[in-house]
Order: sequence, then C-alpha cells, then structure tokens
Amino acid sequence: MKETPMLLEARGIKKDFFGNVVLKDINFTLEKGQILGLVGENGAGKSTLMKILFGMKDISETGGYSGDILLDGQKVNFSSPFDALAAGIGMVHQEFSLLPDFTATENIVLNRESEKYNVLTEVFGSRMNTLDRKDMRKTAVEAINRLGVELSPEMVVSEMPVGHKQFTEISRELSRKNMKLLILDEPTAVLTEKEAETLLVTMKKLAASGISIIFITHRLGEIMEVCDKILVMRDGCIISELDKDKTNVKEITKAMVGREVKGLSGEKTDRVIDAPEIMNIQSLWVNMPGEFVHNVNLSVKKGEILGIGGLAGQGKLGIPNGIMGLYQAGGKVVFDNEEINLNDPSNCLKKGLAFVSEDRRGVGLLLDESLEWNVSFTAMQAQDKYLKKYLGGLVKWRDQKAIEEVTQKYIDELKIKCTSSKQKAKALSGGNQQKICLAKAFALEPKLLMVSEPTRGIDVGAKALVLEALRKYNREAGTTIIMVSSELEELRTTCDRIAIITDGKVAGILPASASSEEFGYLMVGAHEMVEKGEER
Amino acid sequence: MSETNEKSVKSIVNNFIASFGWPRLIIALFLIMLFVIAPLGGVSITQSISDVLQRFGMNSIMVLAMVPMIHSGCGLNFGLPVGIIAGLLGGTISMQLGFTGPLSFVMAVLIASFFGIIFGWAYGVLLNKVKGGEMMIATYVGYAIVSFMCMMWLLLPYNNPQMVWGYKGTGLRTTISTEGYYLHILTDFLQIKIGNLVIPTGSLLFFALFAFLMWAFLHTKKGTAMTAVGSNPIFARASGINVDATRTLSVIMSTVLGAIGILAYQQAFGFIQLYMGPFYMALPAVSAILIGGASVNKATISNVIIGTLLYQGIVTMTPSVMNSLVHTDMSEVIRIIVSNGMILYALTRKTEATK
Repeated sequence: MKETPMLLEARGIKKDFFGNVVLKDINFTLEKGQILGLVGENGAGKSTLMKILFGMKDISETGGYSGDILLDGQKVNFSSPFDALAAGIGMVHQEFSLLPDFTATENIVLNRESEKYNVLTEVFGSRMNTLDRKDMRKTAVEAINRLGVELSPEMVVSEMPVGHKQFTEISRELSRKNMKLLILDEPTAVLTEKEAETLLVTMKKLAASGISIIFITHRLGEIMEVCDKILVMRDGCIISELDKDKTNVKEITKAMVGREVKGLSGEKTDRVIDAPEIMNIQSLWVNMPGEFVHNVNLSVKKGEILGIGGLAGQGKLGIPNGIMGLYQAGGKVVFDNEEINLNDPSNCLKKGLAFVSEDRRGVGLLLDESLEWNVSFTAMQAQDKYLKKYLGGLVKWRDQKAIEEVTQKYIDELKIKCTSSKQKAKALSGGNQQKICLAKAFALEPKLLMVSEPTRGIDVGAKALVLEALRKYNREAGTTIIMVSSELEELRTTCDRIAIITDGKVAGILPASASSEEFGYLMVGAHEMVEKGEER
Repeated sequence: MSETNEKSVKSIVNNFIASFGWPRLIIALFLIMLFVIAPLGGVSITQSISDVLQRFGMNSIMVLAMVPMIHSGCGLNFGLPVGIIAGLLGGTISMQLGFTGPLSFVMAVLIASFFGIIFGWAYGVLLNKVKGGEMMIATYVGYAIVSFMCMMWLLLPYNNPQMVWGYKGTGLRTTISTEGYYLHILTDFLQIKIGNLVIPTGSLLFFALFAFLMWAFLHTKKGTAMTAVGSNPIFARASGINVDATRTLSVIMSTVLGAIGILAYQQAFGFIQLYMGPFYMALPAVSAILIGGASVNKATISNVIIGTLLYQGIVTMTPSVMNSLVHTDMSEVIRIIVSNGMILYALTRKTEATK
C-alpha cells in the first residue's frame, strides 16, 4: 500500500460541557483527497467534533478540549473560525450563513473582495478602495464552475431556492485559494434528489483535485456512494471505523443504533393490543418549520401506547403539533368516530385530546404563574372545570379550593418537588416542570394523550419517573397515549408499537420488540437498500 | 441573643424592602417628608389631604384603565387618549342633547361607553397586528386620534351655546364648563366634611365600584384567560383560548374605563378640556400605576390604589410645599422627573411586580 501523507489527524480528543462528557477519546486520520463519512444518531457528538475542528467559539468558551489535532503533521489549536479558515479548513453549516440581500457573487467573495485603488486611498488608507466587481464576478464564477452547478452569480440569495443557497455556501468555501479540508454538515438534508446527486458528483471531483472532505449525513446511501472511509459515532465515542469497500449499510446501521437495551425496561411485558381504532389519521400535512409533515397515515388503537420515532427534522414532532392545531395542518383526522377540526386547539381539547408539548418553557407552562394555575388552567378553560357558577352560569368564578385540591393531588401523585402549590413554575427544575405539564394534561382526563419528547433535557432519575407515570396512567386509566421521542430506547421500553417517521411520512410501524437494526433502517431510509443487499 | 435579634430585624427590613420595592419606598418617604415639612411652610395638612383625596377620585379610574391591557400582555396603555376621546364625545353629546344634572352624567357615561367599545375594538384589532410593539404603536395612536379630533371638534355640528365659540357660533371651545350639567355630581354625593378635611365619598365609591368589578372579572374564567394570554400567549392558544379576541376584549375594557375615567375627572375638575387636553392624560396614568408597583406585564388593584395615592400626593404636595419654602417653581420640574423617570425605570426593567 502506498503511503499518502495524512492531512488531518485527531489524537485522543475529549470534550465535556461542565462535567457532561460529550466526546471521549476520539482518534481518526484523514488522507489528502479522501472523503470521510461521519454518521451517528442525534447527540452522538458529531457536531461538537466539527466545532472543535473549526475552532468555534462555544468550544473555547466552555473550557476548550483536550487531545491533539494535527493538520499536515503540525499541531494546531484554533481559537476562532478565522484561524481555521486561514489554515485551509472550510465548513458549510446546517443552517445557512449567508446575507440574504446580497447576490451570490457578493456572498461568495465576502470580506475577500477584489479591490481597486483610487485617490482617496492615499488619504484614508485601503478601507477607501473601491470594489472590483468584474474581478469579484470572475472569482465567483470560477468557484461555481469548480463546483459544476448552474448558479447565477447575480441572483440575490433571498430569492434562491434552498439548493442554490447551499451551492452558494459551498462555492464560498471553494473560492478560498488554500482550501485543504471541507466540512459539510448535512448538506443534502435540504436538497432535492437531483441537487443532492449533483453535489455528490462534485464532491468526488473535489476529492480528486486533492481536497479532503468530511461529510456528515443521515442518508447512508450517500455515504456508501461517495465516501472512502466511514466513521460511526455513538455516545461521544467512535464505535467503528469502516472501509467503504468492506462494509454495507446493514453493518453501519447496526453500529449506529445497535446498543443494548438497558435500564427502565424492568417489568415491560409485550402486550398485543387488539382493540378498536380510536384515531385515524389520513394524509396529514403539517407546516411546522424544521419538522414538516408531508403525508402521514396512521391508525391508533384504543388503549395502546403508540410511539413515534425518527431522526430530528424528519417530521415526527409535527404530527402531534399539527393535530392539536398549534401549527397549520391539513388532511383528515378522525377521533372517536368524529372528525376533528384541524387548526382549532379548543375543539381538540373539548373532544378529549390532550397534548404535552416538547417546548416546555415556550408552550407548556405559564412560567410566571403559580403551579395551581399551570395545572388547572387548560382544564378550566376547555372543560369548565374548577369553576363556581353564579347567576345561572353568567358568572364563572374561579374555584380556588378545587384548584388547590387538584394541584396538591398531582404534586403528591407525581412526586413533584416544590415548596407549595403557590410556587411559580419557573422556579422548578426541568424534570419537575415536565411533571407539571403531565399534571396539566392528566387534569383534562383525556381519552387520548399525546406527549412530545417527554424526557428531553431532564435527568435520568426524572426520566424514569416521567415514563413510569405515563405507563401507569395508560394502564390504570386506560388512556391511549401517543408518545413522540427522539430516543429510540425510551420508546422501545414504553410503547407497544413504534412508527418511524422519515421525510414527513411513516416509514414503517414495528412492534417494540423489533431489533434496533430494523428501526435503524427505517430511520435512515435504507429499508429497501438492505433488502436489495441481502438478495445479492 | 441581641445579635440574633438584630439579624432578624435586619432580615425583616430587607424582606420588607424587597416586597415593597425601592422605587415605591423612596417615593413614599419623599411624600411623608413633604407632609412633615408642610407646616413649616404654612401649608395646612388637612387641606393637603383633602386635595390628595380629591385628585385620587379624579384620576384613579384612568389608572385602573391600565390594568386589563397589562394583564393581556398589550403593555401599558399609552393610547389612553383613545378612551379619553370617547369620554369627551360622551360628555359633549350628552350636553348637546340637553340632558342636565345627574341624568347628564348617566347619559355621558352611557354614550362614552358606546364610543369606547367601538374605538376600543378598532384599536384592539390594530394592536393585534403589531404584537411586540404595542406600546410604541399605542403612543402614536394616541397622538393621531388627538390630532384628528382637533379638527373634528371644530367641524362636528355642535350648537349648544355653552359649548361653542361665542363669536362664531360653531366649533367647540377649548374648555367647556360642566356647571349646570354634571359638575361635582360625584364629589358632592355623600360628601363628608370634618373641619377643612373634605372626603369626596361619591368619587371614591364610584372608583370602588369599578375597582371591584375589575377585581371580580380577573377572578372569572375569562379574566383568568386574559392573565394567561399576557403571561404566555402560546400556552393560552394551546389551551384553546382565542388570543386575539381576548386581547381585543382587554383593549375595549381599557378604552371604556378611560372614557368613564375622564368623565369622573371632568365632574370634579369642572371643565371639559378638548383639543390638546387628552394628550397629557396618558403619561400620568401610566406613571401612577408603575409607581404603585406594577410592571409592564403584571398589575393588581392595589398597585392602582397605592400608585394613584403616591403620584397624586406628590403632584399635590410639591407645588404647595416647595413653593412656600423655596419660592421658586420647582414643583413642575420635580413632578416631571418623577413621572417620566418612573416610566423609564419600569420599561428598562422587566422584573416582577410587587404586591
């Protein structure tokens, strides 16, 4: 084997955010002109690793990292992205960093514009140089041609389709003269299939010209197509380093999600629910930014806990938010043999639906009000509970005693840590706030409860309590529950069936006992590829 | 032993300051100081107290008008002139139609409420379109309606000789006397006189009525919803509340209270002030409720009462006491510093309200 020089080498990289370890001992190498695919579940540490490489501020501000990064055999430690850029590392972020009112050219050569000398320069220095638009355009066109896409250099960014925005960003990185390493963080997520193909072809071309690329994506098909080497990350570790020629989608998926089921499970019994349908969702679409739902068809059985999983941004969160009318939605949802008016939260609440939002502080709580208000408010407004009626129902007076009673009941039942029911919601910890959100939903005594990311941002102990409360509520009150979560293991221990959402559609529904790999295939849209692979 | 006592005294004092709030405390101390030094300047204390009560009765309902919009998250009602214009229309139309005595006041209140509901609805719809910038827009709505009405007062077909310009016969005067109509209709009702201490029982009862209604409203289902809309509109929407309608309702309530408030003011003051008159009414009301301990998003009835007493106390006491002591007109300067300074202070800090 011929010895090509290593462009990038990472040795023993560790990073923790105030004691919370996100990267432990990362080692890898990247050769010149190689394409490295980086895959892993959400929260595996991919983004943090890239931030370290690119010298982002949030790394140095949180205490830096340990370990060494070697670029061209030299140890480097970037304190800002400017240093990284100067050293020849370019990064294309998931979120666009473009000036919307500037043209493609202006964005591409921003802060590196070609300048023309004029008289004022003598007096005021180089800041008074005028722009050499012709030369700027030339640089931009060169970069665009190198990328091999069709992109008008005069088009204003705000008028571009997303794909073109992505190309503008990549062109900007390419127009730097000494570009050695390009980091692409999920560049294809926003592209159409055609555009993605073009990008992949370009990536190969760039690699052939000697630029190394780190490519982060959830789409394993793309990884298989362009990468030379694949790194799989999980829980802050590199689980496996695979050679493209010696691996397949199945192996990657297994490495990505295949972990032992641990904790929580306990008395989990496999239930086969054979009950009539309580909710039927037909061709639902939801316009929730970042979580678009395109066409979801689902049937929910009475008394079950249905899990909804999938990777971030695929649309799983949009489903409950859309049904409850928090985001614009369309389609047909039949609940208890009655069609639900979409885009009308009060109608949903009256029909016996309840929703615990993933956005606890933004949607779920009245942070500045007492726990009593938080628990009782929705039930009071939607179902006229906890009210005393005077003058034949003309005056609906808040029944303080009933409110105190119900709040105290849930504080005891859910073991909510607080000084009193009069404490403000913002004073509680994340886990206890989540329990208040659950109490709010329980107080509605819903026929169907939707919970979205019930364990997001809360500690392990609180997680177990919250999941236990949900399970108990399902078993004892017989309430049907739809639980949306990014954490597959959590779904597998709590739910009866799990639907995986990919690209705003249901990719498949599996019983909770199905293997992790099977869920993994559905998540990365590699279902069919695996089947083909096995035939081969 | 003594040390622990000291500590507990200190903590009690600290707790008191924390719960009462520094600004309120300073203003209250300033007011007490004015009362203490008043006799030195030969100012009668009982007379001063009477003045404060009188002014409380005149202004308190306009301060109360701030409460609903603060609760629904529309912020401080800098657009109070909208309500005041409704009140002016109520007063002038009642006089024009020839009602006199107590009936003229009742009719004025009814007509003013009618206009208040219409204006408030339109104003509320407008504020729903500018969420996040309500207070700035409200200020300009106030400016705009005052200027517009400056023209209308001249053009509207009023012809009651007591109201129109004598030399021309058309166009309303800048100030119109309420004598013979509703002058002192509330202040003289059940008035109590002890020496030269005068308690305007009627005005106070009139305020108490509206304060009670407001308090009661905030304890009902709708009122609870209004507070929740102000606290977190997205939460309220997720609970099935129509956020825009609730906000509009709060603006209507505020506008109607502003309209009734200016009528209560006029009956005690003795004059209807038209043209640029409404222009100067919003800031004192805003300032008063803030001095009372309200914040941009939280307010209670006790904020209204304490704030109006403190603010009007300073307005009444500074001229008489300062002028008699210093012999220069410092009073207006101090009053402006207090009222504008208070607004500035409140807008820069979005902390919790004090009770």
